[in-house]
Amino acid sequence: MNSKKHLLAAPYAAWAAIFIIVPLGMILYYGLTDKSGSFTLENLLAIASPGHARSLWRSVWLSLISTAVCFLLAYPLAMILAGKKGRNGSFIILIFILPMWMNFLLRTLAWQTLLEKTGVINSILAFLGLPALKIINTPSAIVLGMVYNFLPFMVLPLYNALSKIDENVIHAAKDLGANKIQTFFRIILPLSVPGIISGITMVFVPALTTFVISTLLGGSKVLLIGNIIEQEFTQAGNWHLGSGLSIVLMVFILINMVVTALFDKEE
Amino acid sequence: MQKELIRLEHISKSFDGQMVLDDLELNIHENEFVTLLGPSGCGKTTTLRILGGFVQPDAGKVIFDARDITGMPPNKRQLNTVFQKYALFTHMTIAENIAFGLKIKKKSKSYIDDKIKYALKLVNLEGYGSRMPDSLSGGQQQRIAIARAIVNEPKVLLLDEPLGALDLKLRQEMQYELIRMKNELGITFVYVTHDQEEALTMSDTIVVMNQGYIQQIGSPESIYNEPENAFVADFIGDSNIIAATMIEDKCVEILGTRFACVDTGFGTRKPVDVVIRPEDVELVPPENGTITGVVTHLIFKGVHYEMEVMANGFEWLVHSTVLSPVGKEVGLRVDPFNIQIMNKPESEDEEAVALEL
Amino acid sequence: MKRNKTMTITQKIYVALIFIFLYAPIVTLIVLSFNASKTRAKWGGFTLKWYVSLLQDETILDALGTTLLIAFLSALTAAVIGTIACIAMSGMKRRSRAVLMGITNIPMLNADIVTGISLMLLFISLGFRFGFGTILLSHITFNIPYVILSVLPRMKQLNPSVYEAALDLGASPLFAFFKVTLPDLMPGILSGFLMAFTMSLDDFIITHFTKGSGLNTLSTKIYTEVRKGIKPEMYALSTIIFVTVLVLLILVNITPEKAQKENI
Repeated sequence: MNSKKHLLAAPYAAWAAIFIIVPLGMILYYGLTDKSGSFTLENLLAIASPGHARSLWRSVWLSLISTAVCFLLAYPLAMILAGKKGRNGSFIILIFILPMWMNFLLRTLAWQTLLEKTGVINSILAFLGLPALKIINTPSAIVLGMVYNFLPFMVLPLYNALSKIDENVIHAAKDLGANKIQTFFRIILPLSVPGIISGITMVFVPALTTFVISTLLGGSKVLLIGNIIEQEFTQAGNWHLGSGLSIVLMVFILINMVVTALFDKEE
Repeated sequence: MQKELIRLEHISKSFDGQMVLDDLELNIHENEFVTLLGPSGCGKTTTLRILGGFVQPDAGKVIFDARDITGMPPNKRQLNTVFQKYALFTHMTIAENIAFGLKIKKKSKSYIDDKIKYALKLVNLEGYGSRMPDSLSGGQQQRIAIARAIVNEPKVLLLDEPLGALDLKLRQEMQYELIRMKNELGITFVYVTHDQEEALTMSDTIVVMNQGYIQQIGSPESIYNEPENAFVADFIGDSNIIAATMIEDKCVEILGTRFACVDTGFGTRKPVDVVIRPEDVELVPPENGTITGVVTHLIFKGVHYEMEVMANGFEWLVHSTVLSPVGKEVGLRVDPFNIQIMNKPESEDEEAVALEL
Repeated sequence: MKRNKTMTITQKIYVALIFIFLYAPIVTLIVLSFNASKTRAKWGGFTLKWYVSLLQDETILDALGTTLLIAFLSALTAAVIGTIACIAMSGMKRRSRAVLMGITNIPMLNADIVTGISLMLLFISLGFRFGFGTILLSHITFNIPYVILSVLPRMKQLNPSVYEAALDLGASPLFAFFKVTLPDLMPGILSGFLMAFTMSLDDFIITHFTKGSGLNTLSTKIYTEVRKGIKPEMYALSTIIFVTVLVLLILVNITPEKAQKENI
């Protein structure tokens, strides 16, 4: 069995070839050809048209903000949870996965109810004598939706990385004279870099490419690059253009991966 | 003895309602190699952590150099720790690890570089400065952990079972290394271990602990040769621990036979425990023995034979370089000097200790 | 990490706020499911009528059936293929294993929209009829990585001597695998299966591109209703699903904690 074990990879390898590699090849093919089937770069260059470029820029900007907010919210949370003794990790993970059992479209739509002019949040704010929030159908609502949907993807890798740090390593830093702040910046933060990187990737990519959150919370006013691609496939029917824009999107994902990988190496 | 450096006064600590240390008193002197020795759960690591400042005692004081440092955080204390499993910073090079404490103290670059060089030389790892901790063997990582601590010139180095993760050969080598380093540095070492051989090899003073109490403090020789109670006797090396009666000064009745001994002051007809080390039991022809018995087990151990001899209803453990086959009738003789008399435990806690054996 | 048994007040408040943020929409949906008013904007009093009418709403029940069936079949198939792949990878050379792992990571790292579109293009060019089959194939594809990533760590912890001991004691390789290796991998396979099931259930984007017309899962059904307004029965259904899972999780989570305590 041992010697022939690797032959067992055949079913999965075949599956991966047909359903992962070939489809990506098709996107490349469609993206680099026109309707007559001849080679063109037009579909890629279409990203430079004002409408597309604005959507792409907006997508990048909003997803960067969302990633940053997720990181700032998740890091303290992950530290608190990792520092809590006794609770097993799976329980914490479950708490973050549990909301997924309520459909994500419905969960996101629920924010409309919460954010509406006369919605729950504004009622509470009014009760406290604070000014009302008017973020529904604005980019801010989209950021909120992104943070809400993708926060668990930031918390879980950070939690994993932080709970792996040996308590004695932190003791050692203190023992050698480091105060709390020094211990955090010189030891805890650098040791959690792998978690930070996978957290950033896991939030940035879906935020960059979403079309659902903008549809649900942005009204029809805010178009992201995801909306444009989706429309090319489901409404306009221009697969070549849609594929070309998808390739551009993948380039951005790749850039994100390269940048984070470089950062990892430096550390 | 040198000047006193650390004094633990009435230290108590419990975790989750479980008493780990109870009214512990301990003095540690300058330039002393002190080993806290005991089975797991005896409170030795907690004692070390209280010294390091990682654990706050529930009651009692830690006096360091005549100052009360009980509430002082670890980063302000003039002692450094070598942790179990090294606790190196895996994201830094060896040199950066060693420089960590010095950078925090804002020492000059040239000072730091000199110190790194010196420390790497001290631990015999010159030229390893630019490597990462993960690329080093366990023994090498251990040396780096020591180097990282000693560059800060602590007055006391705390070592928490530092050799526990190493294999036997390396452990023995490191024991000599540690003694050498201590002599070179001229500072106090407080060493925690459950390995009695390690303790006997390296220490000036051994503190034997069990269940939160100090059982005995003394030099390796006195701990080994004159254990004060059954726990110490049993924990340090092999021994025959036998219930006996002190007939009068210098005479003890063991298993119905009177033996001469050198101890005095236990009173008359008092129940006591005696400890006789297996290498102190001499096998002689039956007619020359104080008592006689029959060899029941025999194992070859390399340096000596280990035998069990049934005599007067007790299975005596005997080490001897001369073989006596199983079934042979032999006489047992013990030099009066080698019979160690111990008081029977009096308090309930001591009783618990004895029962656990 | 430094471990403190108790949290400070500030820490407790922070954790509580995050949890409110995560669970507020869920509470909102549960409240809406009991709302007599049909619009979600205002509260019209308590009612159970949506739960009753849910039972008669065949389009929702059909979508639910499709969703569950796809989730179950895709997670199961992914568990089988993924586990076999993990076993195979443990016998592979470093390099080919790295290549296969790299490919496995593509669906995880790539954008869902790109995965969805690429599969759609594949199915079109192969001439597949869009429907149940295409959704299932797509879901299996994005589920396999979840299984692999949860079985592989378990595989690495596996002590090869145990399997060899079984052979030594006279077991055939196949028998040894089923009696010794598989039980050891089971926790990993199970959590991979559950993860895959959850992901399949919650997926909208990939289904959106691979479902064609006619067939709907709950997600795609909700999406088509967004413009004209969500049927309140949908809230009732999600509440039922959520509460069921919550109760199951509480039950499952209480038992292992007890067992663990006994082990200590």
